[in-house]
Amino acid sequence: MNLLEIKNIKKSFGDLEVLKDISISVAEGEVVSILGPSGSGKSTLLRCATMLETMDSGSLIYCGENAATDVNGKSVYAPKKDLKRIQNYFGLVFQNFNLFPHYTVLKNITDAPVHVQKRDKEEVEKEAMALLKQMGIEDKFDYYPSQLSGGQQQRVAIARALAMNPKLLFFDEPTSALDPELTSEILRVLRDLAAEKMTMVIVTHEIEFARNVSDRVIFMDEGYIVEQGAPEKVIDNPDNDRVRAFLAKIK
Amino acid sequence: MKKRPVIAVFVFAALLVPALFASCSGISGSDVNWFMGVVYQLSNGMWASLLLFGCTILFSMPLGLLVCFARRSRFKVIELITKFYISIMRGTPLMLQLLVVYFAPYYIFKISLSSEYRTYAAIIGFALNYAAYFAEIYRSGIEAVPKGHHEAAKVLGYSKSQTFIKIVFPQMVRHTLPPVTNEIITLVKDTSLAFAIAYIDMFKIAKELSAQQSNIMPLFVAGLFYYIFNFVVSFVMGKIEKRAKRYE
Ligand SMILES: Nc1ncnc2c1ncn2[C@@H]1O[C@H](COP(=O)(O)OP(=O)(O)OP(=O)(O)O)[C@@H](O)[C@H]1O
Ligand SMILES: [Mg+2]
Repeated sequence: MNLLEIKNIKKSFGDLEVLKDISISVAEGEVVSILGPSGSGKSTLLRCATMLETMDSGSLIYCGENAATDVNGKSVYAPKKDLKRIQNYFGLVFQNFNLFPHYTVLKNITDAPVHVQKRDKEEVEKEAMALLKQMGIEDKFDYYPSQLSGGQQQRVAIARALAMNPKLLFFDEPTSALDPELTSEILRVLRDLAAEKMTMVIVTHEIEFARNVSDRVIFMDEGYIVEQGAPEKVIDNPDNDRVRAFLAKIK
Repeated sequence: MKKRPVIAVFVFAALLVPALFASCSGISGSDVNWFMGVVYQLSNGMWASLLLFGCTILFSMPLGLLVCFARRSRFKVIELITKFYISIMRGTPLMLQLLVVYFAPYYIFKISLSSEYRTYAAIIGFALNYAAYFAEIYRSGIEAVPKGHHEAAKVLGYSKSQTFIKIVFPQMVRHTLPPVTNEIITLVKDTSLAFAIAYIDMFKIAKELSAQQSNIMPLFVAGLFYYIFNFVVSFVMGKIEKRAKRYE
């Protein structure tokens, strides 16, 4: 069964049609990279998938459960309590981390599992420390986000998302706010997660990383998916001229 | 602890001002009794000033939060009414507002006024006025919380109220401490406006003493009270601010 099933999403902001007709499915354990020029709708797609944005039409299905169904070309969302459950299936890591500045690293990670998922605090804290250790920053558990480097903050943000035990993690340009050295730190974390078979959908401009880590690459342009497939195919030998031009420019 | 000497200097300077005036107007050491007398009489009014101050803070700060919510309401009518309320409160003299609150029951409902109502009217007038200012301060504090924090909270499954209480409110408090301190300091001095409805506060007593004795000194002593009061306010708020800043 697919963890995520997006069918025929359309999304406009006023007159601006941002997503024109997009369908994506993601299987368990799959790592999918989304590439595309600025303004092509990558973030909007992720925001629709994570329900930060409501889509105009199309359906959204997590683990076989309907978050939104298409009824006569209009997306109809499931009742609130269903959405609350579905919300637990995924996590999102932002480009600019969005850690809560008034919480320590540990509290950033444990607060939602304890107060949203109502899990046992001690157990959550133990898990959080293990996650921090995995990220190589267990000594920073009582720091405030402002006392950390960008790369460390992003690792905390990843740990915060993982602590909710999601089945699928979305990343929206997780390294764009970081300098090259810190970028490679975060990419290493993502590589480790991929090795552990964490299901991930990653919007990125890191072509090399996308080639090495993803099972599938999706190329978006002007609200459409213009090409998708194995990274060797899409990145090294694309059919579409747009993709070729974009990759040439980035390289 | 290092700050102690600085505080001492400020208090000393504050005490020096009336002392200098005293010496200029040729008051000798035997007038210490006179000074204590003034202080004693003012202290009666000081309780009235403190009461007005305390009650205004107690009511206007939470009320301000309600006004702030109303101002941010997604219902246009509520937003417009609140905007109008805030503009009246900020756009007309507080003294006039006090008079309106004080005399409204009489002129509108023909209710005769008990003398106790004076105190209530002062508190109501001040609370309504300061709530408007606090509401706008809170609003700027809430809007200073990055949109990304709301989004992160939403994806983590926090409910709207959890998001406000856990994520937005603490950051709002942090952002608004300096302007809130300003408002509180202004309020300390504004309590003297209550004389408009013959509320007997410290400043009113000082003015009366001053008129009786044809001497400006009682007013300066009153000024000293306000100064010390505000000094304490600044000190306490500074401590709170420092605590709130620890995560920066
Ligand atoms: N809330 C919004 N209101 C209006 N227009 C929006 C909004 N969000 C995005 N857009 C517009 O939608 C288009 C796609 O934006 P989106 O952020 O999805 O692009 P992107 O592919 O993520 O670009 P980038 O690589 O620069 O992040 C842009 O033209 C943008 O201006
Ligand atoms: Mg984007």
